Amino acid sequence: MDLITPAFGLIFWQTLIFLVVLLILGKFAWKPILGALQTREDSIDEALRMAEKAKEEMASLKADNQKLLLEAKVERDKMLKAATKIAQEIKDQAKEDALLIGDKMIEDAKSSIESEKNNALKQIKDQVAELSLQITEKLLKKNLADDKSQQELIQSYIKEIKLN
Amino acid sequence: MNKISSQNCCKGLIFRILVILFSFFLVLPSLAASEASESKTEFIIHHVQDAHEWHFATIGHTHISIPLPVILFEKGHGLRFFMSSDFVDEQHNNVDVDGYYFDDHGHIHSRDESLAFYDISITKNVASLFISVILLFWVFLSIAKKYANNPLTAPKGLQSALEPIILFVRDEIARPNIGEKKYQKFMPYLLTVFFFIWFNNLLGLIPGAANLTGNIAVTLTLAMFTFFITIFSGNKDYWKHIFNTPGVPWWLKFPVPLMPLVEFIGLFTKPFSLMVRLFANITAGHIIIMSLIALVFIFESVYIGPVSVLFGLFMTMVELLVAFIQAFVFTLLSAIYFGLAVEEHEHHHEEQKEKLEKSPA
Repeated sequence: MDLITPAFGLIFWQTLIFLVVLLILGKFAWKPILGALQTREDSIDEALRMAEKAKEEMASLKADNQKLLLEAKVERDKMLKAATKIAQEIKDQAKEDALLIGDKMIEDAKSSIESEKNNALKQIKDQVAELSLQITEKLLKKNLADDKSQQELIQSYIKEIKLN
Repeated sequence: MNKISSQNCCKGLIFRILVILFSFFLVLPSLAASEASESKTEFIIHHVQDAHEWHFATIGHTHISIPLPVILFEKGHGLRFFMSSDFVDEQHNNVDVDGYYFDDHGHIHSRDESLAFYDISITKNVASLFISVILLFWVFLSIAKKYANNPLTAPKGLQSALEPIILFVRDEIARPNIGEKKYQKFMPYLLTVFFFIWFNNLLGLIPGAANLTGNIAVTLTLAMFTFFITIFSGNKDYWKHIFNTPGVPWWLKFPVPLMPLVEFIGLFTKPFSLMVRLFANITAGHIIIMSLIALVFIFESVYIGPVSVLFGLFMTMVELLVAFIQAFVFTLLSAIYFGLAVEEHEHHHEEQKEKLEKSPA
């Protein structure tokens, strides 16, 4: 029966000591331990949340970059196209201008050649006339000096010329 | 038996062990009736009970034991201090000291029948209680310091061994059974009672140690703590549930208050079951291990040695598990009772009942 009869002394000590243990451990052990565990859990949660947020931010940043890149590409394409167009236009213009200038130059050259030719021809004509005059004069001088009949002939020619 | 074994020794060890085991079961019933064997098993009941001295071993006629203080509180006279060794002479006979004497069961009585006194001696269990408390303080105050100094670093050493158990008590016992809102109030008690029971269960397994958690006075006190905390934290819903149980036909409450009576008795059976469960489980474990050892004395045979050692080893392993399980069950049931006391919404009720039924006996 001793086994199942609670002894007063043991109940007394157990109550007293358990109360003391409860108070001391409650205040100096469980409070800091549970507090620290809570703090650690909160900080881990916070860190995880932050990581998630950073990931999201990174993703949005990446998307932004992609958008910017795309925009830049479009802009570049546009600029390239415009530049190509302008270049083409300039080229065309230059070609046209060159053609015009060339034509004009050819025209000028042609006209100057024409005038030069005319001049040259005129000079040649004059020279030929002069030369023929000189030759004629020399011939005439020789013939006319000794022949009276020839003078008459000349006279007749002169008459002819005059008629012309 | 020795003769049989020696004749068949060539057939090998297995046969020999079988013979030992078989003969053990054959001899057992006859032992129960034998008067002589009682003295050989006496030490079992001595071990599981409390004592005024801490007895370790007896070699021949020499008792190796530590005398403990005997403290008596006399009504009207105050405290009286003695040592347990004062009450016995060299021949181990009980002697009177100041009119007090020990009876055959180790209880203190006074020759003066009219004298009323209380025995609040530092018995073996009380001494063991002090040791366990020193251990608890040392372990938990030292790890608490680590937590207080750097709460954000990973646990190290003893801290990392105990942290999972603290978290287990918090997340598997307190939170689901008491509720997210109110569990914190009960955490100090649940943790203290869990580690108190667990540490003392383990200390009790050390050879020569006391059987503290297998003592009915200790389990009674622990159960009373749970009982009073439940009573004092009970809210309006809880008391209404006991004295005017909702969802029960009126004729069960009036004119004969059958349901209120059952519920009221339930208030006391809960802590009573806590008390008996812990006491019986731990004491039974101790008795089984001691009985296995006692086989050696009963058979007085060397062949029983391996059997006792193997079975004793197995039982000790089981007891290591039981030490944890019983601490867990006591804490879990306490948490469930607190949960019932502080519960606010009626629709949670069925859930709690189920948990109560599922929990291990």
